Amino acid sequence: MRELLWLIVALPFAGSVVLAVAGRKLPRLVCACVGVGSIAVAAVITILIGVDFLNNNSTGISYDQMLWQWMDVYGLSVDVAFNLDAVSLTFIFVITFVGALIHLYSAEFMWKEEGFARFFAFMNLFVGFMLILVLADNFLLLYLGWEGVGLCSFLLIGFWYKDPANGSAARKAFVVTRVGDTALVIGLFILFMTYHTLNIRYILASAPGTWAVGSGIAMATAFLLLAGALGKSAQLPLQTWLPDAMAAPSPVSALIHAATMVTAGVYLIARTHVLFDLAPVAQSTVAIIGATTLLVAGLSALNQHDIKRVLAYSTISQIGYMFLALGVGAWSAAIFHFMIHAFFKALLFLGAGSVIWVMHDEHNMFRMGGLWKKLPVTFWTFLIGAASLTALPLVTAGFYSKDKILWLSYVSDRGSTGLWLAGLAGAFITALYTFRMVFVTFFGNAKADPTQRPGLLMTLPLVVLGILSFAGGFIELPGNMAHLTLFSDFIEKTLPITTIREFGNNTELLFEFIAAGMAIAGVMVAYRLYFNKSFPSAEPERNALQKFLYKGWDFDLLYDKVIVTPIVFLSRVDKNDFINRFYNGLASLTQVMHVALSTTQNGKLRWYAMVLAIGAIITLTILLYP
Amino acid sequence: MSLPMEQGILLAAILFCIGLIGLLTRRNVLFMLMSAEVMLNAAGLVFVVDGSVWGQADGQVMFIFILTMAAAEVCVGLALIIQLFKKFKSVDTDRASAMRG
Amino acid sequence: MNILFYIAAFAAVISTVKVIIGKNAVHALLYLIVSLLSVSVIFFILGAPFVAALEVIIYAGAIMVLFVFVIMMLNLSGDGVKKESELLMPTMWIGPSLVSMILLAEMVYMLTHQAVVPMGIKEVPPGAVGELMFSKYLLVVELAAFLLTAGIIGAYHLGEKEMRIHNRYLMDEKQDL
Repeated sequence: MRELLWLIVALPFAGSVVLAVAGRKLPRLVCACVGVGSIAVAAVITILIGVDFLNNNSTGISYDQMLWQWMDVYGLSVDVAFNLDAVSLTFIFVITFVGALIHLYSAEFMWKEEGFARFFAFMNLFVGFMLILVLADNFLLLYLGWEGVGLCSFLLIGFWYKDPANGSAARKAFVVTRVGDTALVIGLFILFMTYHTLNIRYILASAPGTWAVGSGIAMATAFLLLAGALGKSAQLPLQTWLPDAMAAPSPVSALIHAATMVTAGVYLIARTHVLFDLAPVAQSTVAIIGATTLLVAGLSALNQHDIKRVLAYSTISQIGYMFLALGVGAWSAAIFHFMIHAFFKALLFLGAGSVIWVMHDEHNMFRMGGLWKKLPVTFWTFLIGAASLTALPLVTAGFYSKDKILWLSYVSDRGSTGLWLAGLAGAFITALYTFRMVFVTFFGNAKADPTQRPGLLMTLPLVVLGILSFAGGFIELPGNMAHLTLFSDFIEKTLPITTIREFGNNTELLFEFIAAGMAIAGVMVAYRLYFNKSFPSAEPERNALQKFLYKGWDFDLLYDKVIVTPIVFLSRVDKNDFINRFYNGLASLTQVMHVALSTTQNGKLRWYAMVLAIGAIITLTILLYP
Repeated sequence: MSLPMEQGILLAAILFCIGLIGLLTRRNVLFMLMSAEVMLNAAGLVFVVDGSVWGQADGQVMFIFILTMAAAEVCVGLALIIQLFKKFKSVDTDRASAMRG
Repeated sequence: MNILFYIAAFAAVISTVKVIIGKNAVHALLYLIVSLLSVSVIFFILGAPFVAALEVIIYAGAIMVLFVFVIMMLNLSGDGVKKESELLMPTMWIGPSLVSMILLAEMVYMLTHQAVVPMGIKEVPPGAVGELMFSKYLLVVELAAFLLTAGIIGAYHLGEKEMRIHNRYLMDEKQDL
């Protein structure tokens, strides 16, 4: 069964190629079947391989499948080979399963758009590249997947290319993540220089023996890899692209900017955990960046009026949680939160997409209202997703994953109280903005009526994801409730177990109560402020602080002043340097000569006759001259 | 009669240059055509003078062909002048200078 | 005989000069006819009676008559004289005169630096011309016939009253008389 691993990757690529080549001529139904079917079959194969892997693999040995040798030049020998272990199995399950549901949803969502086949071609291409990223067994193949998902993100953000704002958003996403990609490549250079190979497992096995803990080169490599992860995962300081990437269609936001691509950074850091163990400063930087980002993004989400931008900042914030977990060494907690976050965030984005779809592209939640009776399925699934995001206690999957992170951020030997408090404050803010969004969108008086209802293809994925957001957490219960640690046992076959400090008997229960209390408090405050209130204006009034938070802490302005303006100035200066002037001078000399010579063609007959006569004289003179 | 050949050709040269002055100076297209006829006539004179130096008929044959050509040229030229007049309502050649630059 | 030649030459030059400086088109044409007749006399002196006759018949007779017809059609005399004097400015003579004088000077230089060859007295009768034309220059005669045919057809088409448009881009420039 496991030999079919390559098929999981090949099917999306095949679907993409078919749609790219023949998509225009095929009818819509066939395009949808090819696009959705390729991912659906890949999901089925993934589940089968997963079951097989779990049953026969109690010792946790990973499975390698080598396809062909990619290149062998000057000592760099790279194969196209896939490596399946617990972490990559989790990732490919999420990618294909959630991906299949999102593709099914987008078959109906995008049915009336032009470029239907192009959309599915890009989506399939994206899934193919993401699968390569997580299954790669060497860094170069991983980087191929990394670049490929960046490309597909660019193509999909700018999908509606006729509006230039979408193109600018796509370009911004590409350029900002490029900064991270460059750092990643330099990190790969250092790794190759030291180890003369890019095979991941070889490097991770031999790193502790080659580099000392806290050595400069280990820290440099870890920081460079971290910078790469920051770009892709939209953390501080490279987070500015994600809110603008909401110009993409909602299924794209669900797949790329919630569930999968932005978690590539999490995957990278989890994969190279050995290098981060060797550079403790880098690891604590990961945690600090995670904690700061979740607060910054959470406060920004509190002031948005566009429903998708709330969710975008929420994604940045939740990935901050994952980075926090990675930074304190809670590897399996981070992967668990990734999986649960993929479920509920995709659900929230798809739900927001359905609301936008029925309200005819209205993104502003202050123009919606009173939808809970009119769109029941969307409302209830959205509510489950929001509850999971808020981590309401006991009934949602989000509670189990986020609580685990909060607990381990305090109790791990690399954690601290400060990190825990940041996470706690973030939980309160998350609850507040999430339920603000729910109440403003679905309750209150209706500003406009929905004109169409979502059909089966859109509601089925919502229901499935709703069930997963509710029940997905039950495989990993905290220590003091029941000893059910299926997920972390599974992950800990590949990633190390978190080392924790000593703690008191009731500390864990106390912490759980505090976390639950924070979440419920946030919901209550949101209820007081936003439930059944009328919102006359399309945008809430914002004072100066709120405006600052609304603009995402003005990072765009900062980058514009500090980076963009000097570069533009320098390029303008360089545009007129002496080399350019020389060539421009040649061109203008030609023009001047043209103007001068064209005065000899004045169209007058006598002039031409005169020129003939003068020519005759000159010829005779030449002949006669001795 | 021992007329030197050079004097005949000199006469032809003078007539040719006078015709050239006329061609270059006048703006009226009919006058330009007349000056061109003068130049053609002068060229024909040269041929006949040369032919008679050796007493052969070749010069005269050449003159006949020049004459033929002048006749055809005048035919077509005058037809063109009529069209020019129809278009520009004047016989000034400087009016028809649109092909410039 | 030489004196006859010089008189005819003088007459030719004077009348040609009056052709080019004239303002009345018909007067200039008449002077041109005088010039052609003078050249015809010179041909007679040179012993080429055939081309002398042809000069009178074809050149002065047919071609100049064509000119007269066109001048009549364009109505250039009378009022046209005034327009003509507007077109002709004294300053315009300088350049062309200069160029022509230089050309004349060069040709004179060429002529005077050669040996003097006297012209023959023998008269070349029309019969000899005819013989030569239809034996040695037969092809050229045929080509001349082509030329004349082309001239006729061209002149016919160009003189058509209604201008047929041959190119669709010139459609808006259709003119009528």
